[in-house]
Amino acid sequence: MINLNVNHKVYQVDADPNMPLLWVIRDLIGLTGTKYGCGVAQCGACVVHLNGEAVRSCVTKVSRAEGQQVTTIEGLSAQNNHPLQVAWNEENVPQCGYCHSGQIMSAAVLLREKADPTDQDIDDAMAGNLCRCGTYLRIRKAIHLAAELQKKEGGSV
Amino acid sequence: MSVSEEAERLSRRNFLRMAGIGGTALCLGLYTSGQAGVKVINQALVNAASEGVELAAWIIINTSGKVTLICHRAEMGQGVYHSIAQIIAEELEVDLYGVDIQLTQGDEKKYGSQLTGGSSTIRGSYKNLLKLSATAREVLIMAAAARWGVAADACYAESGHVIHKASGKKFHYGELVADAVKLAPPKEVKLKPRSAYQIIGKGNHRRDTPMKTNGEAIFGIDKRLPGLQFAAVKRNPRLRGKVKSFDASAALQVPGVTKVFKVVMGVWDTDREGVAVVANSTWAAIEGKKALRVEWDDTGFEHISTAEIYSRHRELLQSSEGLPLKTQGDPTGIISQSDHKLDVIYETPYQSHSCMEPVNCIAHFQGDKVEIWGPVQAPNWIQDYVSKKMGLARENVIVNMTFLGGGFGRKAMPDYPYEAVLVSKEIGAPVQVVWTREDDATQGPFRPGVSYRCEGAVEDGGITALKFRMAGQNNDHWRGGDNGKPNRSTSEGFLKPYYDTIKNISFADLPFKTPIPTSFWRSVYASTNGFAYESFMDELAHKAVRDPLDLRRQYLKDERSQLLIDKMEEVSGWKSRKKNDGYGVAITECFASTVGHIVKVSKGKTGGIHIDKVWVVVDCGWYVNPDIITAQVEGSVVMAIGAATIHEITFKDGMVEQRNFYDYKMPRIMDIPPIEVHIMENDEDAGGMGEPGLPAFAPALTNAIFDLTGKRIRKLPFDMGNAGMEK
Repeated sequence: MINLNVNHKVYQVDADPNMPLLWVIRDLIGLTGTKYGCGVAQCGACVVHLNGEAVRSCVTKVSRAEGQQVTTIEGLSAQNNHPLQVAWNEENVPQCGYCHSGQIMSAAVLLREKADPTDQDIDDAMAGNLCRCGTYLRIRKAIHLAAELQKKEGGSV
Repeated sequence: MSVSEEAERLSRRNFLRMAGIGGTALCLGLYTSGQAGVKVINQALVNAASEGVELAAWIIINTSGKVTLICHRAEMGQGVYHSIAQIIAEELEVDLYGVDIQLTQGDEKKYGSQLTGGSSTIRGSYKNLLKLSATAREVLIMAAAARWGVAADACYAESGHVIHKASGKKFHYGELVADAVKLAPPKEVKLKPRSAYQIIGKGNHRRDTPMKTNGEAIFGIDKRLPGLQFAAVKRNPRLRGKVKSFDASAALQVPGVTKVFKVVMGVWDTDREGVAVVANSTWAAIEGKKALRVEWDDTGFEHISTAEIYSRHRELLQSSEGLPLKTQGDPTGIISQSDHKLDVIYETPYQSHSCMEPVNCIAHFQGDKVEIWGPVQAPNWIQDYVSKKMGLARENVIVNMTFLGGGFGRKAMPDYPYEAVLVSKEIGAPVQVVWTREDDATQGPFRPGVSYRCEGAVEDGGITALKFRMAGQNNDHWRGGDNGKPNRSTSEGFLKPYYDTIKNISFADLPFKTPIPTSFWRSVYASTNGFAYESFMDELAHKAVRDPLDLRRQYLKDERSQLLIDKMEEVSGWKSRKKNDGYGVAITECFASTVGHIVKVSKGKTGGIHIDKVWVVVDCGWYVNPDIITAQVEGSVVMAIGAATIHEITFKDGMVEQRNFYDYKMPRIMDIPPIEVHIMENDEDAGGMGEPGLPAFAPALTNAIFDLTGKRIRKLPFDMGNAGMEK
C-alpha cells in the first residue's frame, strides 16, 4: 500500500511502486482530469504538481510521490477561479480541451515564479506542452491576462 | 377513438411533422425534475413515436422551467457543443448560459445524420434548428395567450418566459409546456433577420470552456463504468500483416493482467490482426503488452516503403492519362502547341491525425446488444458496422458520445469501437481499449500522400490551359471498394469560378493502391490538392509576368471572390508591398467556404525562413460564432505549419518509421506566427469552418518563399531552417 496525498486528500493505493503517477491518479484514484498523451514526457498533457513543481506524471513513478503533496487540475482551485482558469475562459482558449489540464498546470508554475512573464518566459515555460488544435496564441494571451488578474488579486496563487 | 381524440392526435402529428425538415421533427419533451437523466413522460409524444413519426429532440423543458438542449454532433474542439445551443437559444428565447447542454447517443431517426465530418454541422443543421426553435417558442406563446385569454401577438417571449405586453404578466416556459404540446403549431414561423440577433453572431464565451479548465469534461478515455476492465492491443506493425502465434506467459506474469487473446479487428472491409491484453488498469495492460511475445505473419506486406510509393507515383504520372474526372475544352492540345508552358510534379506526404487524446473506446457486450462509449465522430457508422459484423439489430448497438480530444477525421472510423466490442465479448465485461501513442502513430489510418503532375500554358499574360493529374490512394477504396471511377475529390479545393473563365481545364486520377490504411484528414484531399494547384497558379503567374493576386482576380470574376480579394489586399497591404519582399498568396474552397491566405516571410536571423505574419480572409456565408471561426482558422494554420514544415509519416519494410512525438514532432508555442483572421459579411448560405481554413496555408507559405528567394518548393514537408538556401 502506498500513501498518497492528492489535492489535500489522503489515499491508500494498492499499486506497483513502478506504476506511473498518471495511471494511479486516473485508474486507481479516479481523477481523470490529468491526461495521457504520449507516455514518454513529450506532450505535457499529464503535468501535475509535486510539492508545487510541475512534473510529467506519465514518467513519474508513484513511489516518488509517496508522502509528497500532489496537486492535479481538480485541485488547482476550489471554484475553477484560479487566475489562469478565469483567463482561459475569458479568452476562449480551449478547443477540444484535452491538453489544457497540462497547459494550465504548467502555466501555474510559471505564474508563481514570474508575476509578469514576457513572451520569451512563456515560450520557455510552455514549450513542453503540445496542443494539436493549435490554441497556442490564445494560451499566450491568457497567461498575460492571468498575470494581470493575479496582480489585482494581490499576487496570491 | 373519439373524433376529438383523433383530431388531437392529428394535430400533434402535424406539429411534429411541420417543425421538421428532411424527415425530422421537433420533440418538445417533458421530464420531471428530480429524475435522473432525461425521460420523456409526455404520452402524446410517445404515442406519436409509436405511430412512426420521427422525432428530433433538441429541446427538453421540464415543468420547473429548466431547459436542456442537445448537441447531436461530435464535439472535438470545433465548437458545436456551444454553437448548436447558440442557434437554438436565439430563436427559442432562452438564456444561453442558463440552459443545460447534453451530448447524446447515435440516433439518426431523431437527429438525422450525426456524421461529424465535412465541416457539416452548422451548414447542414442551422435552418432546421432555427425553425424548430422558433416553432417551440411560438407554441409556448400560444399556450400562454390561451391561459390569459388574449391574442398570441399580444405576448412575446424573452429569457425563458412568455410575457403579456399590456399587463406585464409572465409565465416561465416550464409552466406552459404541458399545454404547449397539445397545441397545433403555426404553419409558418417568422425567423429573425440577422440584424435582430442577440446571441447568434457573437463571439461569446464557449459553454464547454469551464469544464475544460478544471478536469470535469469527460472525454472518451475518462469514461468509467462499474466493473470496467482495461485493454491494450499489440497489433502487427506491418500494416495489415497477421498473427502467426503468440506466447502469453510473460504478459500474464504482469500484476493485474487477467487475459490475453488474439483479435481480428476490421478496418472497413479489411482485417487487422493483433493480440489483446486485458488488465485491471491501463498501465498493467500496456505493461502486459510490452511483455507479450508475438510471431507475426507478414506475407505480402513486408516491402512497402516511402521511396517506392513516390517513384510509383512518378511512373504513373509520366506514363498514364488516368481516369478523367472533369474535362472542358482541350487542355492537352493547347499545351502541346504552346511555347509558354510548364510541366511540374508536386509531392505531399502521408500524415497522422495525432489527436491529443489517443484512440480509445469502451464497449459492453451483453449478448443481443452492445453499449459503446467513446470519442466518436460517426455514431451511426458504428451502428452500421458493428451491427453488421456482430449480427446484432442496429438499434441494439447503442453508441454514447463523449467529448473528443481531437478528431480530425480519424475518429470517424468504426475500427476501434469494433475492436473494443470484440474484446468485451471475449471477456464478458465492459472494457476500455486504449491505444498507446505508438499504436496511434504506427497503425493509421493516415492521410494519403499524393503526387501531382501539373501542366499549364500561358499566352499574353493569361492562362490558356490547365491540366492536372493526381496519383495517390483513394480513401473511398476503403469503404465499399474500387468502383473503377476516378477519385471524386481530385479537384477538391480548386476554386469553381475558374471553370467559367479558363476555357481549357482537365482533372484526372491515376488509381494507386497500397495496403496502407488511409482516411479523411482535416480538409481531406483539399489539404494536398490545394498545395499543388495553388502553387501551380503562382508558377503560371510568374511565367506570365503577372502579380499572383491580380491573376486570380482576373479569373475569379464572381462578386464574392472579388470582395474576398479586395479584403485580402486591404488587410495585408498587398498592393504596397515591395518586390520580392516575401509575400505569398493562395485561395482554396472546400465544404462551401472560400478561404484566402496571405503569408509574409523573411530570412531568419540564423538562416532559413521566418514567418512574420499570416492574414486569413474567410467567406463562409451566414455564421454563428466569429470567435470560434477565428479559433478554427488559427488552429488550421498551426496544423498546416506542422504538415508543411515539420512532420510526415514514412514507411520502411512495410512499417511506419515514426513512433511518438519525439520523431513525429509537432509545432510548439514558439513556432507560431501572428495570425490575423477576417470574416466576410454577407447573407449567403452557411459554409463549413472546421476544415476550410487549412489548405491554402501551405501554398501561400511556399509562394511567399518563392517571392523572397526565387526558390520553388514542390515537395512537402520542407525544412524551414534550410528553405530557400538550396541550389
